[in-house]
Amino acid sequence: MDTVLQIKNLQVSYYTDAGRATALAGATLSLNAVEKLGLVGESGSGKSTMALAMMRMIKPPGRIEGGEVIVSDIPVTSLSDEAMLKARLNLIAYIPQGAMNSLNPVMRIGAQMMDALKAHDVKESKKALQERCMTALESVDLKRSVFRMYAHELSGGMKQRVCIAISILLKPKVIICDEPTSALDVVTQRQVMETIDRVQKEIGAAVILIGHDMGLMAQFVDKVAVLYAGRLMEVSTVEEMFTDPKHPYAKALINSLPNLDNKGVFKGIPGIAPSILRLPSGCPFHPRCTQVMEVCRTKIPELITLADGRSVACHLFSEEA
Amino acid sequence: MADLLELKNVTKIYTRGLLSKTSTTALANASLKLDDQQPTIVTVAGESGSGKTTLAMLLLGFITPSSGQIFYKGQDISTLRGNDRMTFRREVQAVFQDPFSVFNPFYTVDHLLTVPIKLFKLTTSKTEARERMYEALTAVGLRPEDVLGRYPHQISGGQRQRINVARALVLRPKLLVADEPVSMVDASLRASILETLVGLQKNYGVSIIYITHDLTTAYHIAKSIIVLYRGAVMEAGNVDSVIKEPKHPYTRLLVDSIPWPDIKRRWGETEIKARESELAGDGTGCKFASRCPYAFWPCKEEPPLFRLSEHHATACYLFEQNPRIESEQLSELLPV
Amino acid sequence: MTTLTISQPEIIQPGKLTLLVRYLRRNKSLAIGLLLVLLLTAFTVIGLLTIDTSRAYPLSVPAKQPPSVEFPLGTDFFGRDLLAATVVGLWQTALIGVLAGAVGTVIGVVLGFISAYFGGPLDSGIKGICQILTPIPPFLIQVIIAGSLDKRSVTIYTMAFIVVLLSWMGPTLVIRSQVLSMKERQFVAVAKLSGMGDLGVIFEEIMPNLLPFIAAAFVGQVFAAVFASFYLAVLGLGPLREPLLGNTIWAAQSQGAFFNGWWWWPIEPAVGLVLILGSLALINMGLDELANPRIRRTE
Repeated sequence: MDTVLQIKNLQVSYYTDAGRATALAGATLSLNAVEKLGLVGESGSGKSTMALAMMRMIKPPGRIEGGEVIVSDIPVTSLSDEAMLKARLNLIAYIPQGAMNSLNPVMRIGAQMMDALKAHDVKESKKALQERCMTALESVDLKRSVFRMYAHELSGGMKQRVCIAISILLKPKVIICDEPTSALDVVTQRQVMETIDRVQKEIGAAVILIGHDMGLMAQFVDKVAVLYAGRLMEVSTVEEMFTDPKHPYAKALINSLPNLDNKGVFKGIPGIAPSILRLPSGCPFHPRCTQVMEVCRTKIPELITLADGRSVACHLFSEEA
Repeated sequence: MADLLELKNVTKIYTRGLLSKTSTTALANASLKLDDQQPTIVTVAGESGSGKTTLAMLLLGFITPSSGQIFYKGQDISTLRGNDRMTFRREVQAVFQDPFSVFNPFYTVDHLLTVPIKLFKLTTSKTEARERMYEALTAVGLRPEDVLGRYPHQISGGQRQRINVARALVLRPKLLVADEPVSMVDASLRASILETLVGLQKNYGVSIIYITHDLTTAYHIAKSIIVLYRGAVMEAGNVDSVIKEPKHPYTRLLVDSIPWPDIKRRWGETEIKARESELAGDGTGCKFASRCPYAFWPCKEEPPLFRLSEHHATACYLFEQNPRIESEQLSELLPV
Repeated sequence: MTTLTISQPEIIQPGKLTLLVRYLRRNKSLAIGLLLVLLLTAFTVIGLLTIDTSRAYPLSVPAKQPPSVEFPLGTDFFGRDLLAATVVGLWQTALIGVLAGAVGTVIGVVLGFISAYFGGPLDSGIKGICQILTPIPPFLIQVIIAGSLDKRSVTIYTMAFIVVLLSWMGPTLVIRSQVLSMKERQFVAVAKLSGMGDLGVIFEEIMPNLLPFIAAAFVGQVFAAVFASFYLAVLGLGPLREPLLGNTIWAAQSQGAFFNGWWWWPIEPAVGLVLILGSLALINMGLDELANPRIRRTE
């Protein structure tokens, strides 16, 4: 299994009227081909920022302050703007939240797909390009006739699958899905996720699923990375995360989830996530942590790798180590 | 013992078009009764297009039924005037899904709480009003100083939704229609908001109609459940039996597709027939027939409710050996 | 029950004045427009207080004098002190503009609200009238009306009236469409759930959110009014005795000012007009950005 994505110490800041906000403070992780990573965090934790940074789509007042993103041995962060244009969709594909609403309402689906191919100078005949689009539509379980339809003729789930089809047109190495099913009902959600799963295996890509629905993560991903206030708190396999979470925040999160066995029991996490404009000193989670120690108030915990391969950013483990 | 709420064969049909009218039945023949003395939490579950939002709008009196009647404390709500109407307004409230859109961007968030206090004359003095607001905000886990005086865009989504729920606490209605109150809220906050809602029922005697598509949260707080599909009741009863032992093919598909946060409970193998969801049914017969893997000849007729046990019934011909019950008797199924 | 409340670290909000200044720095059109209007107003007000306004009328001072220390803007063929004329002209133009602008805006707001909020046949009626009147070229009608009036009954107020006649439809339709979209917003539903009646919803919930649109409509109306009064006066259809800027140009042209070497006569009102219309246009653009958050440029 080769490493298809490597993120090293990625840092993103936003410069606002009220000061400089550290949206992402040094994120490091790696992903293999045909692996699925779930990026979990509350709103404002930095997960969409990380995705946009990987695509180099951070707009002012935001800026990538440092770090590297390497996709399939190509250093994406140091590419020229032109090369980056080509890299998008070709190397990394991004399906934004509410993608189905960003389909052009006055163009046929087929025309939009062809647009994407033409923008990447694919040197094939028009017929061959059309065939590519139709194959992509079929691989997401849509009829070939969808090629000639307009967006408003399709249901929410179908539109989302069209977006997946567009994202795989050029067989990228990494597909980033940002809350792809947030507006869809449960049955369609399952359909869409199963589609992404199948399509990923077909083209051998890695998938990053961004969201805050832990249930969806449990069903779909292989690895889970938990973000809080712009920092990676824990990266574990999905089994480890749900049976034995290490970081206190991850633990509290898992405990708060309603499932079939804990009816009537509510264990929310007290307090609120801090604004990235005014982060607490030391570990950003320490004001809400049930296992807080003196050192947590002053020193920011680094993300360290444990014996079993998991990573945790917590002083409980740095002491032991 | 008067009924707090009664829906009697309520149907809502929307027609579109000027010359050739197409009609959609948003809600078909729904009946429900809620007891005045025994506040409970009922879940109305369904996907989009199931009629659950229509039901919410009907209950709040924002739209009128095409046929059938809605009674609040024995009076038809379309005939309420003057003081009676004001009472109805005060006692039937809602918590909506989108935490941001309920706030008027021109005013601070206080406006959401001060307006009903003033218009419903809930308190006699400004200090009392302030006290009540403080009490409610603290009860939902907020520090009043952190949010009062701020504008909606200056606070987080979680705080906004908490204020929404605080509004319900301030008003202490008799009936609360909660339309997807936690679906736009982060996972870590859901537990505390749901806890507050249950607290409303237990401590303040508020009956809650919890509308959602998320069966995990529905299971967590409700006692009974009604499953809707395209405006018709598919299955209803005690939430434990319906979710742990679903009988209707639609409910089974729904329950199978729940993403439980539990790696031992993976998505089921239930096949999703007719991969594209049908956009328009043809109106007659069982609404789920076109997607149902078990559809057979009787499904051309709309199935009645068949009673499976004291608190469980389903509208499916697969169970026709069971006794039939009329839709008006739906409330008997719902335990309190 | 978990009621542990954690205090949120204080985010110090900058004061309102600082935010205003910062915004004006970003929204340059609005800033420059407002500045120009302020300067023009100052000029007019100081002028009205210090200068003898009777010199703005014919036969008050020696005629055809070029600019000098005694007459900073020179005098015209009829013996008007052009400085006084400019001051009075600006004042009268402003009067017509604001009067017609205010009336047009008020009509627009009232009709727009009624039409959108109550719907039904009332809405169809008002909308229909607006849609029928809009394509009529206002210039044509204004010229016809102004041209057929007895010269003596043309005053500033009749001019304002002529201008408003065909300009109120714009604001009506704009306000109507904004109210239509706003009344479906969820905060209106919540206000109703909180016991608010229709009037309350209109004035307390919807109206405050429309202030940027109303302001923009007002500025647009003032612009149209000033421009209309100008071109009607240039054609000689204005109140000829008054030193309206357009009148001055008409008079200058009819006396062949350029050929006779009296260059200062038509240039001054022209500059004045460019400044007024320019400042109004800049404010309009600036307000556009304010009302539409999507165009708002970020830092």
